[in-house]
Amino acid sequence: MLEIEELRKTFPASRGEREKRVVAVNDVAFTVEQGQLFTLLGPSGCGKTTTLRCIAGLENPDKGEITVDGRTLFSNQNGIRLRANERGLGMVFQSYAIWPHMNVFKNVAFPLEVLPWKQRLPKKEINSRVERVLSVVQLDHLADREATDLSGGQQQRLALARALVMEPPLLLLDEPLSNLDAKLREEMRFELKRLQREFDITAVYVTHDQVEALAMSNVIAVMESGNIEQIGRPREIYERPVSRFVANFIGTSNFIEGTIKERDSDGVFVVTTKTGDLRASSPVDLPVGEPVVVSVRPEHVDVAKGSTPVDSVGRWSGVVENRAFLGESVDHVVRVGELELRARCNPAMSLPPETEVTLTFPESACSLVPAGD
Amino acid sequence: MAETLTTGPGGPVSDDIRPDPTGRRYWDPRRVFTPQILIILAAVGFVSYLALVPLVYLLWGTFYDGVSLTLRFFSEAYSAHGLGEMIFNSLSFAIGSTVLSVVLGTTLAYLTVRTNVPFKGLIFAASLVPLIIPGILHTIAWIFLASPQVGLFNKPLEPLFGPGTLNVFSVWGMMFVEGLHLSPLVFLLMYAAFRSMDPSLEESALMSGARLPTVLRRVTIPLAKPALAASILIMAVRALEAFEVPALLGIPNGIWVFTSRIWRVLNQYPADYGQAGAYAVSLLALTAIGVFWQSRLSKRGKAFQTVTGKGFRPRPMDLGKLRWPATMLILGYFVIAVVMPVLILVYTSFQPFYSVPSASSLETATLDNYKYTLTNSQSLGAARNSFILGIGAATGVMFVMAIVSWLVVRTKMPGRWMIDNLSFLPLAIPGLVLGVALLFVYLRFPIPIYGTLWILFIAYFTRYMPYGMRYASTSMYQISGELEESAHTSGATWWQTFRRINLPLLMPGLVAGWIYILMVSVRELSSSILLYSPGNEVLAILIWEQWENGQFTELASLGVLMVVALVILVAIAHRLGAKVGVKD
Repeated sequence: MLEIEELRKTFPASRGEREKRVVAVNDVAFTVEQGQLFTLLGPSGCGKTTTLRCIAGLENPDKGEITVDGRTLFSNQNGIRLRANERGLGMVFQSYAIWPHMNVFKNVAFPLEVLPWKQRLPKKEINSRVERVLSVVQLDHLADREATDLSGGQQQRLALARALVMEPPLLLLDEPLSNLDAKLREEMRFELKRLQREFDITAVYVTHDQVEALAMSNVIAVMESGNIEQIGRPREIYERPVSRFVANFIGTSNFIEGTIKERDSDGVFVVTTKTGDLRASSPVDLPVGEPVVVSVRPEHVDVAKGSTPVDSVGRWSGVVENRAFLGESVDHVVRVGELELRARCNPAMSLPPETEVTLTFPESACSLVPAGD
Repeated sequence: MAETLTTGPGGPVSDDIRPDPTGRRYWDPRRVFTPQILIILAAVGFVSYLALVPLVYLLWGTFYDGVSLTLRFFSEAYSAHGLGEMIFNSLSFAIGSTVLSVVLGTTLAYLTVRTNVPFKGLIFAASLVPLIIPGILHTIAWIFLASPQVGLFNKPLEPLFGPGTLNVFSVWGMMFVEGLHLSPLVFLLMYAAFRSMDPSLEESALMSGARLPTVLRRVTIPLAKPALAASILIMAVRALEAFEVPALLGIPNGIWVFTSRIWRVLNQYPADYGQAGAYAVSLLALTAIGVFWQSRLSKRGKAFQTVTGKGFRPRPMDLGKLRWPATMLILGYFVIAVVMPVLILVYTSFQPFYSVPSASSLETATLDNYKYTLTNSQSLGAARNSFILGIGAATGVMFVMAIVSWLVVRTKMPGRWMIDNLSFLPLAIPGLVLGVALLFVYLRFPIPIYGTLWILFIAYFTRYMPYGMRYASTSMYQISGELEESAHTSGATWWQTFRRINLPLLMPGLVAGWIYILMVSVRELSSSILLYSPGNEVLAILIWEQWENGQFTELASLGVLMVVALVILVAIAHRLGAKVGVKD
């Protein structure tokens, strides 16, 4: 559906220094299948928005190729560079970019009204299409309102309706939920997902919010400083991060440094650390003696009261240092030797500092990421 | 529904524009010479032509005598009799009026923003005076008020000090009238500066134990320094450029300054273009230094962290015992700057011939002057010319500047800073100098517009380009770029986006600029005086001619009608400012 190859975009570093250029997007490549919601996730400045704007045609990439539905939108090799208004894509902006001088109906009708003469639809057709898309986003009763009178959530729906009215092959969303308050954001998340699934919309979604990304996406690409670190399904990214950065960015994680002691079974290794041994899995084969980092999520660390007489593989004793009540869970900081590990427990399990505990690390929840990164 | 939303129009849209699926090439001429590029090129070319060509011709005509490069015109111009005195007069007139206007304007602004002085509304009303009373009318009103022979103010002073105590036809009189006319401008500049100053800075000085005068000296004035410096430079440039006051008040007593001198050498027989050029270049150098200095200061001023763009609403300070003197100052200012000049014009307009107001002269009041003004072909023609020129210049400037400001604010086009500077360049060119320069261009250039309204149109367009640019770019900065980008991704072309998104959103700013340019065009005198030809007078020129012919009462009626028209325009501007554009 959407294919991106070797996409590269640089900006001049600062005024006057023309040679020095900052690489915003560094040879990024990915494919989005029909009907998928593909998320570009990363911290600010990682190049996710620039990538999206390159697809939209609002930025000119230095090189690469962008194809939608077999139609080339940009290719530096073939000298193709369609303008934003020739690409026929839908886009929802972070600020919604609702035109304040038009009412709701006019905002949505605009893309149909600016079609080239030959494709211009009759007025009746425009009206019916606008009404239809407004009812899809449940704004049909507000068609005559001034756009600026709408609430944040309604403006968001309006922006979505305007992007969808052309029935674009691809929908681009630039942090569309970031301006909403927490409650509304959650609501719109489900709403957006429902629409996308119901109408089989292919979308590229940009966000820095990992919870949003995990909840909505079919596929997530985690980006950092212009590069894609990992592409995968949400569960895969969360449970099998390939790097320390991904593990840390998607939720919190404990990182335990060590070396490979032995290969246990297919894809599972025993790792020796300063505080003891544990089992962890890796998608790639690793030689014995290789330095690695084990990443384990706080909610996967099992805490039991009372110390264990002898530490075994994946079973260490420690002392509670601190705890924090978070409502739906209780976070414990547990000291094991020099390490401080975070463990998230059921609120029923709240242990005061100085309590001796036993930590258990299930091997399926421990993933190996390359060390030194 | 699912089907209709997923069969993408992406295919059909592009297929229609571009049947070739491999796409267009970069070098496709249809892609290079799009309407967008053509419109932009035309706007840029027009701005550069207007800003640069007159200057080039002025310099060329002044330093080249047809044979070789020469300084002959300068030595001629500067060997004329009384030249040292002329330069001294110019500078002292500029300095005197600057001092008066800055002191008055700053005091009024401080009182209005920071204290509980009453009658603040009167100061705001007075701040409109330079907009609604053209300079030439203001000057003439002051002749009626303070000339040694017929001055109204001299009557009550005569028994005390003898006849002709106040003499408006002196350097002091010139400074006073010009300073008074400039003071509202200083008020507006300083008002904005005081408003954007964080009052807690002063309050913390008070809390540290400083008394009010100390706070003023140690905190307020240092903080207001950038704005103060800008006001001083702007007023000095304005006073150097001023033509009405030096011409009407200076020439009768032989007090010459640069502007009146330029007018003189061009209106003697034979006209001396070389000397006019030499004076014009000198004056231009002076004003250019002032404008350049001021723009550098304002750039540095942006680094001043304490004065933010935020508007504060400080608690007004209690003036205490000073309240009464302050009130008197405001009332006195309002009477002298607004009430008296307007009253004397209205009074004169109802008289059969001019005489000092008295009980008997009020009995002879008549409407004849208004009948004359509203029926004779000369004043009707001048009004028509003024409004055609005003509307033409305002519309043209705002349209072109909307495009140019888009270019400067929105694009990353190389060299856009140059276009930005070019459009502000005429700010440094005094009206009279522009007149000389345009004479140089169109007396030599094979475009036959000299003697028509077109040359005035070009002069007005050039002079008011900077104002148009300021209005347009200020509004452009307030529009988020995403509004435009979302139109592009919706499939709109550049022109569709400009017409349907940018223009409507810019409209409040463009309308405000349009009305401002219309108002200043209608009163324009200093360029017109050199470029008009008999038969195509504009309003300010007609008033000038009537003054020279001694038609004081007819002139007053024309002036009163003009002021009324300008008041209506100001009112419309205020009304539109609230109604047009973005509804909140």
